[in-house]
Amino acid sequence: MEYKLTFKEYNKSLKKGKLLGLKCNDCGNYTCPPKMACQECGSTNMDVEQLKGSGKVVTFTVSFVPAEGRDAEVPYTVVMVELDEGPWLLGNLTDIDPNKVTVDLIGKPVQLGSKMKALPGDVYMMGDKEAEGAFARPTFVFA
Amino acid sequence: MRKVAIAGVGHTPFTFAAEKSSVELFNEAAMDAIIESGISAKDIQALYVGNVLGDFSEAQIMIQSYIADDLGATNIPATRYEGACASASLAIRDAFMWVASGFYDIVLVGGVETSAKMGTPLATRTFAMAHDSHYEYPAGLTFPGLFAMLAHLYTAKYDVPLEKLKEQMAMVTVQSHKYGVHNKYAQFQKEITVEDVLKSFMVCSPLQLYDCCPFSDGAAAMVLASEDVAKKLTKKPVYIAGVGQSSSGKLSAQKDYAPRIRAREVSVKQAYDMAGIGPDDVDLCELHDCFSIASIIAVESLGFAEFGKGGEMWETGQADRGGKVAINMSGGLKSKGHPIGATGASQAVDIVHQMRGEAEPGRQVEDVKIGLTDTLGGDGVLCNMVLKRGW
Ligand SMILES: [Zn+2]
Repeated sequence: MEYKLTFKEYNKSLKKGKLLGLKCNDCGNYTCPPKMACQECGSTNMDVEQLKGSGKVVTFTVSFVPAEGRDAEVPYTVVMVELDEGPWLLGNLTDIDPNKVTVDLIGKPVQLGSKMKALPGDVYMMGDKEAEGAFARPTFVFA
Repeated sequence: MRKVAIAGVGHTPFTFAAEKSSVELFNEAAMDAIIESGISAKDIQALYVGNVLGDFSEAQIMIQSYIADDLGATNIPATRYEGACASASLAIRDAFMWVASGFYDIVLVGGVETSAKMGTPLATRTFAMAHDSHYEYPAGLTFPGLFAMLAHLYTAKYDVPLEKLKEQMAMVTVQSHKYGVHNKYAQFQKEITVEDVLKSFMVCSPLQLYDCCPFSDGAAAMVLASEDVAKKLTKKPVYIAGVGQSSSGKLSAQKDYAPRIRAREVSVKQAYDMAGIGPDDVDLCELHDCFSIASIIAVESLGFAEFGKGGEMWETGQADRGGKVAINMSGGLKSKGHPIGATGASQAVDIVHQMRGEAEPGRQVEDVKIGLTDTLGGDGVLCNMVLKRGW
């Protein structure tokens, strides 16, 4: 069975600021990032739908220690966002100074920004044809 | 199914960048286990090895085959297990199944890792390969980052103020070091204070350096044998009475339970049920304290504490020697070290030493009859084992 929404298509669309997910025709819930089977009920009867890209922060961290190849990025803020449609989506929050982030961030409304950051790839991803050279990262700003 | 016993064990020191190769480390532990069991390498019918990153740290795949040959266990079936930090536990569970089924009588199992050799940037990068590489790593997720997010989620979900949680987390670390001091295999044999933890540099907020386990090199191994064979090999067989294993999706897919790791609850129930015990029967537990918050989350899902109250076990001494269940008397991953492919085997080996009364006096628990291991790989490969003293 072919995927309704592959990483390649999801990624291509996300780079343009458009968040795609899957809506289940059996239970009505959304799955995002995409999977073969519905996150909630396991059905494969799903259709691709654009999500609003808005939600609220459920948890976060400010990262000060980089993985190899990402030294230039630290410190950066990672947020887990509960989308209005229900799924959780991991991304970055860019319009706050990472050094000023506190636990009050939890619960704050955010939305996908117009500019999507991409991971340029490191020694283990460089030139990855499947990724067309870069993996998009959901990039959020305060709503 | 037949009963399966641990007949002999071996454990190298856990260290910063090792001068020995992974084959050498594994086989030093393995030969000690073989000698302790009174067998020879020729008696071993199969080998199960946990190893995660040998490809990166030593440019070596298929290490299991070279280990077997190097050891003199020529031409035996040898298999490598990769389940991130739970690799050795997965290897032990499968080794157990092969002996329990009657297919083999004597097997060798364990794990090895040389992640400290890689240095912090490459080790951080390769460890992060145990996140979803397409959907979650790009945002900059690392292992301290993952547990940092669980810590923040914990404060919100259970309404525990961050300051209080951080103090409880520091107490977890302090206890690990208090016992690691006495463990001759431990990477850090040094006591620290709550103040030291809270003064250390920030890694991923709210986790500071001393909330995090180190990168480590080392190996641990065990000889497993069927009950009848084990009784001939040792007067002190430790039985693997129950095993459990479970898996999870990426962090965002765990939204219905986080900060609980549901896979742990599934896995440990299998292990408890198979052994016919419950959490109240456990005397000693070696659990996966890769980060201080990980211990607090773990004791709740293992059934030792109520959800949202795990940290109180360290505040009140319930996790200490003489408490409700003695936790990480080895010093845990934090103080003993965490060579990821070896950790599950190290946990089991330490419980065997405890049951035999062979641990150093400063960390020996009296009369250990039932021990539990808890190993977590990545964001959700779980494996648990119940060990029972056989004498
Ligand atoms: Zn559904």
